[in-house]
Amino acid sequence: MQILLNFSTFHILSDGLYYALCVILSLAVLLGLHFMSRVKTAKLGNQVSALAIALGIIITLVKKDILPLWAIYPGMVAGLIIGLRVASKVKMIEMPQLVALLNGIGGAASAIVASFAFLSLHGGSDIFGRLTSLVAVSVGMVTLSGSVVAAGKLHKVLTQKPVILRHHQLYSTVLFFILPLLIVVSLVGNDAGGVIYLSSVVFVSLAFGLVFAIRVGGADMPITISLLNSLSGVAAAIAGFAVTDILLVSIGAIVGASGLFLTRIMCRAMNRSLPDILLGRTSLQGSSVVTPAGQRADGAIEGEQGEGIQVGDPGFATDDETSGPVDVRELISRAKKVIIVPGYGMALAHAQHLVKQLAGKLKSNGADVRYAIHPVAGRMPGHMDVLLIEAGVPFEEVYEMDDINDDFRDADLTIVVGANDVLNPSARNAEGTPIYGMPILNVDECSNVLIFNYDLQPGYSGVENPLYSRKKGVTIIQGDASVTLAELLSNL
Amino acid sequence: MTSIQLILVVIFIVAAVVGYLLINNVPSRLHTPLMSGMNALSGVTIVGALLATAGALSGSNPVVGYIFGTLAIILAMINVAGGFAVTDRMLGMFGRNNQNRDKDD
Repeated sequence: MQILLNFSTFHILSDGLYYALCVILSLAVLLGLHFMSRVKTAKLGNQVSALAIALGIIITLVKKDILPLWAIYPGMVAGLIIGLRVASKVKMIEMPQLVALLNGIGGAASAIVASFAFLSLHGGSDIFGRLTSLVAVSVGMVTLSGSVVAAGKLHKVLTQKPVILRHHQLYSTVLFFILPLLIVVSLVGNDAGGVIYLSSVVFVSLAFGLVFAIRVGGADMPITISLLNSLSGVAAAIAGFAVTDILLVSIGAIVGASGLFLTRIMCRAMNRSLPDILLGRTSLQGSSVVTPAGQRADGAIEGEQGEGIQVGDPGFATDDETSGPVDVRELISRAKKVIIVPGYGMALAHAQHLVKQLAGKLKSNGADVRYAIHPVAGRMPGHMDVLLIEAGVPFEEVYEMDDINDDFRDADLTIVVGANDVLNPSARNAEGTPIYGMPILNVDECSNVLIFNYDLQPGYSGVENPLYSRKKGVTIIQGDASVTLAELLSNL
Repeated sequence: MTSIQLILVVIFIVAAVVGYLLINNVPSRLHTPLMSGMNALSGVTIVGALLATAGALSGSNPVVGYIFGTLAIILAMINVAGGFAVTDRMLGMFGRNNQNRDKDD
């Protein structure tokens, strides 16, 4: 950092003390992370991390003698106000796009920091600094453009469909190989033209992030966001190498590791390999093979679980004439052990409060009600949990897939709301389909299944759900879940 | 590579490995707050942004430096403040639903 600073210095903090404090603050962040492992202590963990960052800012200002430099404060105050405002306004269903956007913002900030470092180091002898600064610029910019596209898709400003350009694979491959080449060239390049090298790295990185993100479809978003989360941390850590800052390196590394971990979990839950995602081999290509002709290829991609959002013809029109509202009423009044499977369709229909009311009704009949959450339900890891918690569902009623999957066979009734692929039994045996091998909720083992879905189209994967054509014990209520559930509740 | 750079590489590896192991213990129901908390943490780059801005002000092109530096400060601060605040809000909901209950996972 000394390279960037020519301030006359009277250090209150000695080097040794400053480094020690940096290590202690990094440990505090790890402690905060440790507290995140339990619901009860998670809030404290977040506060510990926040305090660590605040102290990190303060000791840096003191150590580097920039505490009295008024020019830095307007930006800090502006960022603080914007950040707090956004945090208090955002709705829980919008969390994925907020996280995506924040990933991008973090990547951009790190890229700017690294740009400063590169320009001051360019042409010098510090190869490590020059290399890391350019890599940080590149990773940060990829994160920025990828995240902006992802956030746009999640916020429905951009299409949720994978956008595949002609020669898409070629573009991404070429950009992917040009980047390291550019970085090497600028390292051996002479003193002149630092800005040119920098801007070409920025440009190619932005293009790569864009090309990568536009071909990702709605249901792959949990993986993409996790990956971008990781990259935003990696960008900060590498920028930390470039400017020789312990805090940036250690905390950036923690974020990078966290994002990578979540990416792995999501990949496993969707039966996807990370290289497939990176190279854009999304499930869409597979789905074109198995989607029967005449089906709404577009709509199937729109929502991961074949759920709908438009208000259609609600009512209790089912494919089986004998199962009407009466049966459903009886089913609900008799059930003693009920499992509810919420999907993203529930969230899109804003039906979580109605689902909770239904659960209350069931409980007042003496039923035991639990919720089963598939790891990729929602648009980011843990999203469905947050949506249910927001609706006031006590979290001890919410079970992760592995904890509840053996209980479906003993349950009297399973109620599915806006979920499809995550309970599609084809995943067990339909080789060659995108969902083959994906762990699923064993809803088909339950003797009575009540499904609230917008329609009977295949889910995001494009694979037909055999459960829909099962005649025995399956009742399907089509339509917008917020309408059909309300109607059911008023009938009970 | 200087010795401090070597030390940084070691710090990077240790932090990544320890972080990875700790995150392993976070239940999946907390993954969304975990991610937004990580957002906030990646805003640590504000430290770099502050240093870069201060450095640029005494450099050869203070105006351009100040503009980009301030941009980085604003962006990183949004990350820090927004990330921690929204995580706190979410975890508050978990706490509210958990009133009078001690059961954890």
